[in-house]
Amino acid sequence: MNRGPVSRSLAKKRNDPSLAQTRVAIDNADSNSPAADKNTVPEPTDNVQIRPGPFDPWQLTQQFQESRLTSGEFGATASFVGTMRDFNENDDVQAMTLEHYPGMTESQLQAIIDDAQQQWPLLQSLIVHRVGDITPGDPIVLVVCWSAHRAAAFDACRFLMEALKSRAPFWKKETLTDNSQRWVEKNTDGHSPAAN
Amino acid sequence: MTVKVKFFASMRETLNQSELDIDSSQASTVADVWQIAAGDLPMPENTVCAVNQTHAGLTHPVADGDEVAFFPPVTGG
Repeated sequence: MNRGPVSRSLAKKRNDPSLAQTRVAIDNADSNSPAADKNTVPEPTDNVQIRPGPFDPWQLTQQFQESRLTSGEFGATASFVGTMRDFNENDDVQAMTLEHYPGMTESQLQAIIDDAQQQWPLLQSLIVHRVGDITPGDPIVLVVCWSAHRAAAFDACRFLMEALKSRAPFWKKETLTDNSQRWVEKNTDGHSPAAN
Repeated sequence: MTVKVKFFASMRETLNQSELDIDSSQASTVADVWQIAAGDLPMPENTVCAVNQTHAGLTHPVADGDEVAFFPPVTGG
């Protein structure tokens, strides 16, 4: 196997200034937000993770899977990633702040996972949600379900996402391109008719 | 004898406070807590209430040491 390009790619990543900036953003979030108390930063093995800094959904999925599941036991993995758009209701959006209710958020998300486990034969579920200041392109939410067969993984993933949307205490405040701010008042419908 | 009251998001901004303690001897339900904590402001129609971090209705009883929260419909995800 030719490892040359991989090594070069890793070396490039280590020197990439945009990654250094990400690190700074995490540090800022840690120091400015009470919700970002270092004690509250979750472990990558937690089923429910409220994250005050940027996260990589694919990396977190892999970390969780490697630590909490055994290779060969699962036959289906379904995941959903919600990402911040740069538009909403016909307006351009430049930034957003995600507020939450520390404590209740975690307990509601755990209750949603418990509900899903009552309804489907799941091996594991993971919910990650961002809080604090974010910009377009940032992942907001990650939901992953592991099961033996695809039906449970697909259906439970959808259930967790819709239940999170209606039950977990998070609120979005948008900053438009003219710097005005507004609270998002309601979620869009998560169910749409299939395209013809 | 206190109840801790919390407001979130637009409700926190409208009331200009995120948290306060009230005398629980004056409050027997969630609706009483709102009246004491929010003063003259009528409760917005779509307000969501929680007692000890669990969703609760306006007639839910409150007791000394409880945490009661009021917030608008949630918009996460």
